[in-house]
Amino acid sequence: MTENILELRDVRTHFPIFTGFLVKKQTGSVKAVDGVTLSVRQGEVLGLVGESGCGKSTLARTILQLVPTTGGMVVLNGRNLGEASREEMQLCRRDLQMIFQDPYASLNPRMTVFAALAEPLLVHGICGKSEVQSHVEELMKLVGLAPRFARKYPHEFSGGQRQRIAIARALALKPKVIVADEPVSALDVSIQAQILNLLSELCTGMNLTLIFIAHDLSVVRHISDRVAVMYLGKIVELGPALDVIDRPSHPYTKALVSAIPVPNPDIERTRKRIVLAGDPPSPIDPPEGCAFHPRCPHAVDRCRQAVPPLVAAGPGREAACIRLGEIS
Amino acid sequence: MPLLSVTDLRTYFHTRNGLYRAVDGVSFSVDRGETLGIVGESGSGKSVTCYSIMGLIPQPPGRIESGSAMFDGVDLLRCSPATARSIRGKRISMIFQDPMTSLNPYLRISEQLIEPLMIHETLSKKEALGRALEMMEAVGINDGARRIHYYPHEFSGGMRQRVMIAMALITRPELLIADEPTTALDVTVQAQILDLIRTLQRDLGMAVIFVTHDLGVVAGLCDQVQVMYGGRVMETAGARAIFNAPQHPYTQALQRSIPALQPKGQELFTIPGLPPDVSKEITGCAFAPRCSFAADLCRASRPEIVESQPGHSHACIRARRGEINVAEHCSPENYD
Ligand SMILES: Nc1ncnc2c1ncn2[C@@H]1O[C@H](COP(=O)(O)OP(=O)(O)OP(=O)(O)O)[C@@H](O)[C@H]1O
Ligand SMILES: Nc1ncnc2c1ncn2[C@@H]1O[C@H](COP(=O)(O)OP(=O)(O)OP(=O)(O)O)[C@@H](O)[C@H]1O
Ligand SMILES: [Mg+2]
Ligand SMILES: [Mg+2]
Repeated sequence: MTENILELRDVRTHFPIFTGFLVKKQTGSVKAVDGVTLSVRQGEVLGLVGESGCGKSTLARTILQLVPTTGGMVVLNGRNLGEASREEMQLCRRDLQMIFQDPYASLNPRMTVFAALAEPLLVHGICGKSEVQSHVEELMKLVGLAPRFARKYPHEFSGGQRQRIAIARALALKPKVIVADEPVSALDVSIQAQILNLLSELCTGMNLTLIFIAHDLSVVRHISDRVAVMYLGKIVELGPALDVIDRPSHPYTKALVSAIPVPNPDIERTRKRIVLAGDPPSPIDPPEGCAFHPRCPHAVDRCRQAVPPLVAAGPGREAACIRLGEIS
Repeated sequence: MPLLSVTDLRTYFHTRNGLYRAVDGVSFSVDRGETLGIVGESGSGKSVTCYSIMGLIPQPPGRIESGSAMFDGVDLLRCSPATARSIRGKRISMIFQDPMTSLNPYLRISEQLIEPLMIHETLSKKEALGRALEMMEAVGINDGARRIHYYPHEFSGGMRQRVMIAMALITRPELLIADEPTTALDVTVQAQILDLIRTLQRDLGMAVIFVTHDLGVVAGLCDQVQVMYGGRVMETAGARAIFNAPQHPYTQALQRSIPALQPKGQELFTIPGLPPDVSKEITGCAFAPRCSFAADLCRASRPEIVESQPGHSHACIRARRGEINVAEHCSPENYD
């Protein structure tokens, strides 16, 4: 039985909003992540999707403890990260790594590939000075970069190659969990596929757990075992990737899936689309009840009254909608 | 006669690091009311093609080396500045990927919306504001009377994109050039904007050049599709032919790389090698170094783009000789 390597329990991350020029007063908060409960199994690829501003990156940064949490807990391998001491946290950092959308911003432009990869190895005492060379070469080969590029700087590489360097750096400490925040969004389709193949291969080969954030559902469908759909700081649907994307149950997931253009003129021109009206609402002042109700084609009075909980919606599936039975 | 017909356009950039052949002999035409999709990877010259037509190439370092762009009998690349001004911004409009590049952050939307009207038409300010309000409504911005006085930063990304579309359409252009207008947006907002462009196009009968790298968008929107690679056109055909019966290996490779068309659990198809470096002179076919069908003759000389069937042209010598048939490797039915 595989166990949960990572657990989020009612995690909340709010950003205070201050107004006032001389005397700053907190007048509200951005509820970027607002009550997320989620278990991630060892070796699993969990896709996290949702519109811009729904809190995907904030959730990622919360998992890595890069932002202070407002409430709830993040448990890695049975250890509550919120209560970990500095030394414990240092050890946990090795197990938990992040890859960002823009590899250019996350790599130091003045460090060669060699230096960028050697640094974490030496800082965390993974190997001694004498073995660094061979470790770095091994890492580069792992991500499909020729070791002869070791002395080059990030700007001398293409976007896809830079993302490979960022992945190699994340792998240097042999982490158990990698959180990848839109790692292929900035890349061209043909390069995207290379990076996705690499990530898939690494996950299987090293039994890595991957949390893969993206807004492209077809990419998420391809790489993930399970998918979590976020809307305004909350998870509204969760389940096996193929079920959620091919047979969505929450009205928001339905709209999201329906908005993806199908690359086939015969289908694309005749299929029925759900076009949502309006923009996502503000996380500062979310709508009462179900946050999706102002845009939901199925909303009724009851939807405005209480925040719907995630409830079972088929094998291994959950969705946060009180009308699931009535609308399917 | 087509509304716009571009012939042998070459736009090069003369930089300190060398000569970039960004657009290297591109020809195409657009009929009234028609939608032409331009697709291709990053750096293939899609934007530079549009900018050349719109007179937006920075010169230097850019230079239009050759070609013509005939719009309703006028060559946009050679006409007098006054003639060009009377066409661009009025009869041809452009929208950009990032709305902030064409919106002035310090001016209210109302000022920016009426500006093209005040320049190109003899309208009073009041009449112009009336037209601006109508346009806000047409692009789906509610409460226009109040929001027309907002500054750009007071709108969300999707709303700004709508404002920009309103601005581009307010002069009722005959041709709209849209350079990746939805790439930065969420799919839900993209669906709204595409619907909007479709409706307005039908109502106004305008022609559209739609630049994108998303083949899905092309499938739903475009009549004709042009595939670019390394500053050249590889293939042009009707949308259905591009998907169901492509002739050029690059078109097929591009299609095969779409994750949605590939079965889950298998390795994704990738095009080997790296995108072309347009600062190096390419003697043969630009795609040959990455093409799994390439033979010696592909590298020997640059293939011409030739019509193989009415409305379908491509630049693959081997396909033309009947040596390869890439269409049989493409099966859009596989979509699940
Ligand atoms: N440091 C911060 N201070 C205040 N608000 C913030 C901060 N970081 C994020 N937010 C807000 O929190 C919300 C969620 O942002 P987040 O970046 O997590 O979204 P996202 O889902 O990653 O979006 P995208 O797809 O655009 O990357 C947004 O409304 C954002 O403006
Ligand atoms: N001002 C400039 N100076 C030098 N080179 C330029 C300039 N503008 C564009 N180029 C070059 O022209 C080529 C084509 O660029 P273009 O912007 O048309 O590509 P694109 O197909 O629109 O790509 P994308 O999908 O990334 O927008 C690129 O190699 C680019 O580096
Ligand atoms: Mg983000
Ligand atoms: Mg471009």
